[in-house]
Amino acid sequence: MGNGAIEILGVSKSYGKTLALDNVSLEISKGEIFGLIGPDGAGKTSLFRILTTLTLPDAGTATVGGRDVVRDYSAIRCSIGYMPGHFALYQDLSVEENLKFYATVFGTTIEENYDTIRDIYSQIEMFRDRRARDLSGGMKQKLALCCALVHKPSVLFLDEPTTGVDAVSRREFWAMLGRIRESGVTIMVSTPYMDEAGLCDRIALILGGRIIGTGTPEEIVSGYPERLYAARGGNMFGILKVLRGVEGVTRCSSFGCECHVSVPEGGPDEKVLLRALAEAGMTGCSVEPIKAGIEDCFMSLS
Amino acid sequence: MEEKTVMIRNLVKKFGSFTAVDNISFEVSRGEIFGFLGANGAGKTTAMRILCGLSKPTSGEGTVAGFSINSEQEQIKRHIGYMSQKFSLYPDLKVWENFELFGGIYGLNDKEIRIKTDSMLKALSLEDARNMYVRDMPLGWKQKLAFSIAMVHDPEIVFLDEPTGGVDPVTRRNFWETIYDAASKGVTVFVTTHYMDEAEYCDRVSIMVDGRIEALGSPAELKEAYGAADMDGVFTRIAGRGAAGQ
Repeated sequence: MGNGAIEILGVSKSYGKTLALDNVSLEISKGEIFGLIGPDGAGKTSLFRILTTLTLPDAGTATVGGRDVVRDYSAIRCSIGYMPGHFALYQDLSVEENLKFYATVFGTTIEENYDTIRDIYSQIEMFRDRRARDLSGGMKQKLALCCALVHKPSVLFLDEPTTGVDAVSRREFWAMLGRIRESGVTIMVSTPYMDEAGLCDRIALILGGRIIGTGTPEEIVSGYPERLYAARGGNMFGILKVLRGVEGVTRCSSFGCECHVSVPEGGPDEKVLLRALAEAGMTGCSVEPIKAGIEDCFMSLS
Repeated sequence: MEEKTVMIRNLVKKFGSFTAVDNISFEVSRGEIFGFLGANGAGKTTAMRILCGLSKPTSGEGTVAGFSINSEQEQIKRHIGYMSQKFSLYPDLKVWENFELFGGIYGLNDKEIRIKTDSMLKALSLEDARNMYVRDMPLGWKQKLAFSIAMVHDPEIVFLDEPTGGVDPVTRRNFWETIYDAASKGVTVFVTTHYMDEAEYCDRVSIMVDGRIEALGSPAELKEAYGAADMDGVFTRIAGRGAAGQ
């Protein structure tokens, strides 16, 4: 057995005519935060359901903690924590009752594993008698995370824990994940937010059931195949239109107040791009070379 | 005088002793893209439900598309468009059936529905998809179609509630270009999002914290005022204070 906390080899899964996972292979090391980055419908949840032994793969094999997801499913279930995309909380139970319920299901108590959840639970403990349905989104998320951790799992699966969560709460959530990792837990987390990729140790980009890139965020970013420029100033949608018309431009996309222009080696440089803008009557713009981000890479690979 | 599609004065909404919306006032001009941001639980959804005629304010007044949020809620519902990522189209109906359903709901007659279906599908280059089930369409098509159908009755204003949540980067950007197109034709766009890069595409942005509008202005003004390089920085400064109390 290698160092892999999770090993996935050639996994495929179809639902009727829809190929949800297409020959997926990944290896996730012990104690790392591994991010599965991709939009809705990419196959993230299907892969999570196979790894958490809730669905059988059509082809391929996978192990979690060295155990086979088909043969050793019951042992896996005891040793993992799973936070599905939709909060798996009992709305009519209080904060403390939810936590107690999950602890009991796994044959343990809150007290026995209090150390594991202390950091997060202490933030919601003052609401221990409040029903789950009356919690704010951020508090629900913290409670769900406590419930997934209360039996001290060795691997934690988080399926889109930050979807629909505001930018500030998302940042807090990732800080919590960092602290959980320090306790030795392997974390596999999925997200549609590209900006969260940089917070993972390693990531896989997934689209249409296929892994289109994998590595550390730095490796992915440094593998960007073209030159990239940022154009700023004036009207974003005007800039987009003009630069898309410049010969040799592969792709031109809005990035907040910038427009990222992807150009192959030997293609137009910043001077040519700036001139095109000026000729279209857009003065006061700037164009400068930049390094690609994860979202640039995702678009280039998709 | 500039035409105002939304005018809100001292809007308050209380649930029992809890004040969800705490005395907010703002205006949105015709053809403007207005970003309505805030942390979870800040009161965005509550305020938006009032603007859409689905809930009555506890106090305060205002108009949406020229109709009173207190006394003309049914008129508001007829004169606005609404789209969210979570629910917009019926996947088990064909494209033309969705047009017929929503057109009918908004009171268009058969002829008007036919004309709208033809012209909108043509504008989207989706004429060949007329008989397709919505569930079989790629996400990017679905999204543009949902946006068009939200405007099948030519509303003055369309409300977009997290229209791009979970959408891939390319589709998400294409959709914003569609939004921009509509706005340039005079449709007012009222949009919520958790993607801070999308906040940059709005003409003006408001940021709600604990029921109040803490900041309101163009992205450039807000970045200047809060000394932030981008809207993510602005949002973190403003919403970060509120979140600390949760």
